[in-house]
Amino acid sequence: MTETLSTPAAGELNAEGLLDAYRTMRTIRVFEERVHDEFATGEIPGFVHLYAGEEASATGVCSHLDARDSIASTHRGHGHCIAKGVDPVEMMAEIYGKRTGSCHGKGGSMHIADLSKGMLGANGIVGGGPPLICGTALAAKQQNNGGVGVAFFGDGASNQGTTLESLNLASVWNLPAIFVAENNGYAEATASTWSVAADNIADRAAGFGMPGVIVDGFDFFAVHEAAGEAISRAREGGGPTLIEVKFTRYFGHFEGDQQAYRADEVANARDKLDCLKRFRARVTESGQLESSALDTVDSEVAALIESAVTEAKAAPKPTGVDLETDVYVSY
Amino acid sequence: MTDERIERVTMPKWGLSMQTGKLTEWLVAEGDVITSGDDLAEIDTDKIAGTLESSWAGVLRKFVAEVGDDVPVGGTIAVIAPPEVPDAEIDTLVEQAREEIASGAIEDAGGPVAGSVEVGGRNIRYTSLGSVSPAEADPVVLVHGYGGDGDSWLFVQEPLSAERTAYTIDLPGHGASTKEVGDGSLRMLADTVLGFLDALELERAHLVGHSLGGAIVTAVAAAAPERVASLSLIAPAGFGDQINADYLRGFASAGSRRELKPHLTALFADPAQATRKLADDLMKFKRLDGVDKALSTLLGTLLAGDAPGIDAATLLEQVTAPLAVVWGRADQVLPVANAEALAGRVEVRVLEAAGHMAHMEQPAEVVAEVRRAIGGG
Amino acid sequence: MARTISYREALNEALRQEMHRDSSVIVMGEDNAGGAGAPGADDAWGGVLGVTKGLYHEFPGRVLDTPISESAFVGAAIGAATRGMRPVAELMFIDFMGVCFDQIFNQAAKFRYMFGGKAVTPVVIRTMYGAGLRAAAQHSQSLYPIFTTVPGLKVVVPSSPYEAKGLLAQAIRDDDPVIFCEHKAMYDAVGEVPEESYTIPFGEANIVREGEDVTIVAFGRMVSVAAQAADELAASGVQADVLDPRTTSPLDTESILESVENTGRLVVVDEATPRCNLATDVAALVAKEAFGALRAPIEMVTAPHTPVPFSDALEDLYIPDAQRVVNATKSVVQWQR
Repeated sequence: MTETLSTPAAGELNAEGLLDAYRTMRTIRVFEERVHDEFATGEIPGFVHLYAGEEASATGVCSHLDARDSIASTHRGHGHCIAKGVDPVEMMAEIYGKRTGSCHGKGGSMHIADLSKGMLGANGIVGGGPPLICGTALAAKQQNNGGVGVAFFGDGASNQGTTLESLNLASVWNLPAIFVAENNGYAEATASTWSVAADNIADRAAGFGMPGVIVDGFDFFAVHEAAGEAISRAREGGGPTLIEVKFTRYFGHFEGDQQAYRADEVANARDKLDCLKRFRARVTESGQLESSALDTVDSEVAALIESAVTEAKAAPKPTGVDLETDVYVSY
Repeated sequence: MTDERIERVTMPKWGLSMQTGKLTEWLVAEGDVITSGDDLAEIDTDKIAGTLESSWAGVLRKFVAEVGDDVPVGGTIAVIAPPEVPDAEIDTLVEQAREEIASGAIEDAGGPVAGSVEVGGRNIRYTSLGSVSPAEADPVVLVHGYGGDGDSWLFVQEPLSAERTAYTIDLPGHGASTKEVGDGSLRMLADTVLGFLDALELERAHLVGHSLGGAIVTAVAAAAPERVASLSLIAPAGFGDQINADYLRGFASAGSRRELKPHLTALFADPAQATRKLADDLMKFKRLDGVDKALSTLLGTLLAGDAPGIDAATLLEQVTAPLAVVWGRADQVLPVANAEALAGRVEVRVLEAAGHMAHMEQPAEVVAEVRRAIGGG
Repeated sequence: MARTISYREALNEALRQEMHRDSSVIVMGEDNAGGAGAPGADDAWGGVLGVTKGLYHEFPGRVLDTPISESAFVGAAIGAATRGMRPVAELMFIDFMGVCFDQIFNQAAKFRYMFGGKAVTPVVIRTMYGAGLRAAAQHSQSLYPIFTTVPGLKVVVPSSPYEAKGLLAQAIRDDDPVIFCEHKAMYDAVGEVPEESYTIPFGEANIVREGEDVTIVAFGRMVSVAAQAADELAASGVQADVLDPRTTSPLDTESILESVENTGRLVVVDEATPRCNLATDVAALVAKEAFGALRAPIEMVTAPHTPVPFSDALEDLYIPDAQRVVNATKSVVQWQR
């Protein structure tokens, strides 16, 4: 029989769970803002796509997951990594291209992964993740361990054949898979209101015989509740769900993007919708957490990210001997 | 009818699957006087290349097959007759033989028949050859060495089968027998041979063993003397104190043809016998699931450190059956110096042009020695 | 020992034995059972050419039919492989790589490297390749060279029933992603195959035939074509060393070079189209590493630089045959400065 974990119902997180969720969101935020600042100095190589503003999605979903479960991510993967438990210190070193990084400097920002944590990697291919998640969900089903697979993908990937094929396959095979469409309004510089022919990405769920849910991506509690329902259903053999999370990203598509295509939605979101602000207000007003407890988390996170950057800068780069290793298990 | 003084030299059947052989070289000329044991021709099959030794005597009057010809097993490749048989008769027979080959009318000469029996919970594969039943004449049982199988007797089984049924067996861990070998002890291996005799209801047999097989048949003769009519040992293990541990370990651990091939030259006097094809065939065996483990377990029986792990000499002291021992002068696995351990017991026949695989390199000599033991030593 | 079975049966037996040996082995693909959801039998096909026939009932829940949706199920096989399974996915025709290549070369092939050596992706993608069944341009290609160029993939081209069984068992037990290319015109080819399980290691060429005059390196179905040519050449006194590398990645460069050092002449036979294929690859290898040993220019026998034609009259011209190999070999052997 399928083993199920006791998952606290949405909104019923205890103080410890709430504090963990806040710590995760706060870690993502500070991590991304720091990468933004450091990238501007020119010290970070390559392409970097930041998750700031979207923290409630990764955190709200991953707070339901455990070691049996796996996730696939996107270009914009730092938040998913942190929420699934990948070490931010190793992540920062990876972004700097250092040997101490999560992938020994061979992956970089777009490919940070930690399979031991069930994190199948940020993915440089739009729509690359959903088929893989059909596979991890299939493995959980074959192994009968109650595990689920979660594919995070963006509004751009919602138009990829791989995603649509995966939605269909997940339904046909009745997989314990959850598809989380993170609709931040833009695929690169193209508006999702233009590129997605349906009114909502979630509307497409009907075409694949699964429930489709739309949630406010700035609201941790809304995401947490919707994800909780979908994940519980999947664990119990009820099949896949498509969740569309709507919000906006605080930075450009990539670092260096001048964002000439955008209006002023970021300032409004930061001011009025921000997930961290709303979370703090709700838990302190309800009396679930003291403001001081959150402040403590803030300072601990600040220290963590500071040391992550310091360590990353000081860490050695990989050397020539690393160039041709890790291609095969054996060859 | 054909003059009965005329004899046909026929394509031999070397191994179960051989259906045709290709004549690649004549080693004699028309008109040569042939005696038994002479090398007549080189023959290639899809499995093995070998030298056809004469079991005929007389003048080689005419070739029927030419170099490059594919001839079915049993097909006539040359005609031998005393000089007084007229040429016309020879020519008639040659014509007839060619027509037989061309028409595809050659009947399979009836090569070895394969079977399997369960012994000690293991499936043991064997072959038998010969039309003389075990009730009429005690059969001969051929026991191969470490890493070999029943096919290694292909040049020996056929001649011996003329007078008695000749069996080959695949030891546990080898050939097509079960690959699980338990503790791999000499005792287990000897019990397997005895169990084989029981399973086939062979009351008594002439036992022939090569290398590890030599130690095994010695152990059988010591344990059940009433079952053993004679004992022929070819480069037997368990005598003397010399053993090529590097070869054995190299053979056991080789994971590819490339790794294996250099070790195989230690098997023969003529290193050219260690062909890539032989290495490929051995790799086919070594790739089977369970073989790695079997070989490494048996290695523990064969070796004690770098020294021999078997003492067959002591076992032989209890054996009274007629005995013959053959050793290749160029043996690089169990050097011929080991034969000293048999001094006083038996006159060891040392073959100058043979290495460890004497029964493959000089089969006619080996067959002669086996017959000597069978005849009472 | 002398049991004879077909290439198809050898593959089926390897799958069956590996599924018995290891419960993490699962099989998936279009109509791999055949008949899912249909009113009739639910093991109707066993794959379009019957390779997986009979496994569905023997291994309940472990043989999965899929929608015609190669990206999704090939990707699913890859994803499952990262989570402890050993999936064998059937990409029906290699030509269909065009609709799922991302999952193979950007995902499976790169995981281990991108993730710093921490990923293990033991997936096998079985696929049919090759011309000869009048299947025309989109069902007949020999595309294994494309996969061969991708670091992180292993590529297998079995040339006989014996090779097919041992190489598929190895592919399934191997911890890296393997593209296993079965020639569709060989499924009924028969040969001796041991009943027991065995594995053939990757990267070790098979010496099909030994000879001193010329080296012929051939891949997949071309191995039997080369062997036939070698028989004909032997009749005219030319002894060819025929090598079947078995895998194009890894490639047994050592055996190829060793043979050419001995013969001084090379013919490469590859059913793929002539640009950037295995023939050019082996030729470049030998030209660079064994230049001093060469006594004649290298010959390559390949398909022409065209799509695979439909009409039998054209397809028979397209596929390299023994006569072309004989001619090429003779020109190499007879070459004079």
